[in-house]
Amino acid sequence: MLLALLIWVFTVVIVWMFAGDYWTFPEAINEHGRQYDQHFATTLYITGAIFFVSQIALGWTIFKYRDNGGRATYSHGNNKLEVLWTSAAAVLFIGAVLLSTRIWAGVHLTPPQGEVVEIEAVAKQFLFNFRYAGADGKFGKLDIKQINDAAGNPFGIDEKDPAGKDDVVNSNIRVPKGKPVRLILRSRDVIHNFFVRELRVKQDMVPGMVIPLHFQADKVGKYDVACSELCGLGHHQMRAELEVMEPADFEKWLQEEDAKLKAQ
Amino acid sequence: MASHATHVHTPPSGFIRKYVFSLDHKVIGKQYYFLALFSVFLGMFLSVLMRFHMTYPDAKVSWFESLWPVGAPGGVMTPELYLSLMTMHGTIMVFFVLTTAPQAGFGNFFLPIQIGAEDMAFPVLNMLSFWTTFLALLVMCAAFFVEGGAPLGGWTAYAPLSALGESAGPGQGMGMNLWILSIALFCGASLMGAINFIATTIDLRVPGMTLMRMPLTCWAWFVTAILSLLGFAVLLSAGILLLMDRTAGSSFFLPAGLVVNDQILDHRGGSPLLWQHLFWFFGHPEVYIAILPGMGLASNVLSVFARKPIFGYKAMVYAILAIGFLGFVVWGHHMFISGMNPYTSIAFSIMTMAIGVPSAIKTFNWVGTLWGAQIRLTTAMLFALGFVSLFVSGGISGIFLGQPGLDLYLHDTYFVVGHFHMIMGVAAIFGMFSGTFFWFPKMFGRMMNETLGKIHFYLTFIGVYAIFTPMHVLGIVGNPRRYADYKTFEFMGQLLNVHTFMTHAAIFTAVVQVLFVINLFWSMKKGAKAPDNPWEATSLEWSIPSPPPFDNFGGKHLTVQHGPYEYAVPGKEKDHVMQVDPA
Ligand code: HEM
Ligand SMILES: [Cu+2]
Ligand SMILES: [Cu+2]
Repeated sequence: MLLALLIWVFTVVIVWMFAGDYWTFPEAINEHGRQYDQHFATTLYITGAIFFVSQIALGWTIFKYRDNGGRATYSHGNNKLEVLWTSAAAVLFIGAVLLSTRIWAGVHLTPPQGEVVEIEAVAKQFLFNFRYAGADGKFGKLDIKQINDAAGNPFGIDEKDPAGKDDVVNSNIRVPKGKPVRLILRSRDVIHNFFVRELRVKQDMVPGMVIPLHFQADKVGKYDVACSELCGLGHHQMRAELEVMEPADFEKWLQEEDAKLKAQ
Repeated sequence: MASHATHVHTPPSGFIRKYVFSLDHKVIGKQYYFLALFSVFLGMFLSVLMRFHMTYPDAKVSWFESLWPVGAPGGVMTPELYLSLMTMHGTIMVFFVLTTAPQAGFGNFFLPIQIGAEDMAFPVLNMLSFWTTFLALLVMCAAFFVEGGAPLGGWTAYAPLSALGESAGPGQGMGMNLWILSIALFCGASLMGAINFIATTIDLRVPGMTLMRMPLTCWAWFVTAILSLLGFAVLLSAGILLLMDRTAGSSFFLPAGLVVNDQILDHRGGSPLLWQHLFWFFGHPEVYIAILPGMGLASNVLSVFARKPIFGYKAMVYAILAIGFLGFVVWGHHMFISGMNPYTSIAFSIMTMAIGVPSAIKTFNWVGTLWGAQIRLTTAMLFALGFVSLFVSGGISGIFLGQPGLDLYLHDTYFVVGHFHMIMGVAAIFGMFSGTFFWFPKMFGRMMNETLGKIHFYLTFIGVYAIFTPMHVLGIVGNPRRYADYKTFEFMGQLLNVHTFMTHAAIFTAVVQVLFVINLFWSMKKGAKAPDNPWEATSLEWSIPSPPPFDNFGGKHLTVQHGPYEYAVPGKEKDHVMQVDPA
C-alpha cells in the first residue's frame, strides 16, 4: 500500500522534474543544438511513456493484488504478450537510435559546406590553448622540443618555419558568428575534453591523436568551455572561454593580433 | 552414484579449519558476505565525505586532518583528496561490493544447495579465491596510507593519467601501483571463483535438476560466472600491461610526443584508446556481473511472495543468456566521445539498444508475475519490488546514453552518475538487501525483525531516490562529473541548492543504514528460531534444516520432480509444490 503510493509519488515527481523547464539545457546557439534538443524531447516522450506506464503498473499490482487469503492465478506466462512487448521495445529503442544518427553524422561524418574557419586546440594539465593560422592562412610546423609555456609557445611552433611566424595563439577561443568551424583537437599530456554546453558538443582531446570537430555558432556571446574528462587534480578548474563574435569584429581582432606579432 | 556413496564428508574440527580457512561453501559464502558488508560501509563513508566536500568545499573539519594530514591540511579537503576518495569509493563499490556479495556471497552459499550438491566442485580453489579477494582488499586499502595517498584517476584508470606515475599527480605513484596490484589479485580470485561456479552448475546437479528446472538465481550465477571468466581475464592482462608501462618503461598505452610538466617523455607507439577498449571490454560485462544475480534473485523472491509462478520462465532464461552474450559487444558505448572511429559508434549504439530489449523483457515479466498475484509484503519482497522500480528508473536513462547523438552532451555529466548509481549501484544493493532478508533464516537459523526491516526499507527507498534522481537534472544542465567543486563555473554555482539537497539526502540515507546493521547482528543472536521453510518456498534449500547441516542434505539422495516456481497449483491442498515433492 504505502509502497504503491510511494512509487506513484516518485513517478509523478520525476515526470514533473523532467517535463518542467526549471532544470534544463541552456539555450542552443546553432541548428545542431536545436536538432539535439528536439531529439532529446522525442526520446524523453518515448522513454517517459515507458517509464510512466511501467511504474504505475508496478504500483497498481502492489495495490490491487495484496494477499487476501485467496489463491493466485496459476499461469506460467503468455507467449503472445511476450512477443508483443519484445517487438515493441525493439522497434522503439532501435528507432530512437536510428533517428539520432543524423545528429551524430552532422558533427562527425558530414564535412561542413563552404568556407571553413580552421582553429587548432591543444590541452595540457590544466589549460587550453588555441591557434589561428594568421594572415598567410597556413599553420606553422610543430616541434615538441620548442614547447615553452612561459614564452607563449604552448604548441611548440617551430621557430624556423616562416608559416608559423604569424600564428596567433590564445588561451580562449574566438569564432565568427554563422561560419562553420573546424577545430583540430590535440593534447600534450593526458586526456582532456572540449565541451561547450550551448553548442551541444563534447569531444575528448587525446594525446597522440589529432581529432577534428565541426561546429558553428550563430549567436554572439561568451560561453564556457569545460574540461569533461578527468585529467588530474585541477580538472574542475580547467576552463576556457568561447567568444562568438560578429564576423567583422573577429577579422579585426585577428588582424590586431597579427600586427602585435609583427611588432615584436 | 557409487562414487557418491563412498564419498565421506566429515565436518572439520578446530576453529581455524571451521571458520577461517574453511572449505565449506557455506562458510566461504558468509565470509564473502561480511567482506562485502565491511566494504559497502567503507564505500558509503567515502561517498558521504565526497558529498560533503561538493557542498561545503571550504569547511574546516579537524578530523579530516587527523585522517589525511596531507590531503586535508588545516582540515580543508583538497581537490586531490576528493578525487582519491571518489576513485576508492567507485573501486571498492564495484569490485568489493557488487562483484562479491551477490555472486560470491549468496552464490557460494546457495548455488550448491539449490542444485542439490554437497559443496562446490573445487572446495580448495573456493577457499583460495576468498582469501585472494581478502588480500586484494587489504592491498586496496593500503593505498590510502602510502606516500601520495590513494590514486585519483577514477575507477576507470584511463591512460595516460594512470600510466605516467607521480608526475601526473599525487596518488598516481605508489598508490596507483597498489591499486593495479589489488585489481590484479581480485581478477585472479574472480577467475578461480568463475571456474568453480561453472563446473558446479554443469556437473553437480542432482538427478532431475535439468537446466530448465534450475531456479533463476542459478541461471543468473551461472551466466555471471561465464561473464567473469571472459571479462576478468582481459582486465588482468590490461592491468599487467599498465603496470609494465609504469615500471618497466614499456609503451602500451603511451603515445609518442608526450610533454608532461614541461618534460618530454621518451615513449612511442602506445595508444590511450587501447586501454579504454580493454577496460570496457571488461567494464561493460562487469555491470551485468553486478546486476544479473540481483535480477535472478528478484525474480525468485517476486515469485515466492506473489505466490505465483514466474511469468515466462523460458523468456527469462533466454533474456539472461541474451544479456550475457550482447554484454560483450556493447563496450564501445562508453567511448562515443573518446575519438574512436565515428562509424564504430553507430554500430555499438545499435547493439546497445538491442541489449535494452532483453532488459525490458525482464521488467515486463516481473510485472506480469505480479498480475493476479496474492502478494505477501515481507521485507524481502519490498526490497525486490524496490529493485524493479529502481531498475526501470535506471534503465530508462540508458536509452539516452546509448545514442551517440545524445551522448554528445550527456557523456561524463552527472546524468551518467545518476544512471549508473540507479541501475548498477542501488538496484544491485536492493537485490542484496532482499537476498539478506530472504535467506537470513537459512544462513543463520534465525529470523530477522520484519518491523525494523520495513522501516529500514521505506527510509532507504525514499533516500536513494532523493540522492540519485536530482543527479540526472544536474547532468541535463551540464554539470560535469568528477569535479571536486563548482566554483570555477558560474552556472554550476547556481546548481548548489540541488547539490545541497543531495548531500543531505546522502547523509540521511547513510544514517538509516544503522537500522540494518542493528537488525542483522541483533537477529543473529536474538532472532526467533527459523523453521525449515518460513516463506513456503519451493526450491531445495527450503527442504533442509535452517541452518543446513555440514553436508547440506544429510547424505540423502534426492531427485527433483518439479520446476522451481510451482505456486498456486490448482487441485493441490497446499498452494505450492516443492521441487523435491513426489511427482
Ligand atoms: C550512499 C550512497 C552513495 C552515494 C551518496 C554516492 C555518491 C557518489 C558520488 C558523489 C560520486 C562522484 C561523482 C563525481 O564526482 O563524478 C560517486 C561515484 C561513483 N559511485 Fe557512488 N555513491 C553511493 C553509492 C554507490 C554504490 C552503491 C555504488 C555501486 C556501484 C557506487 C558506485 C560509484 C562509482 C562506480 C562511481 C564512479 C567513480 C568514478 O568516477 O571513478 N556508488 N558516487
Ligand atoms: Cu579535465
Ligand atoms: Cu556499458
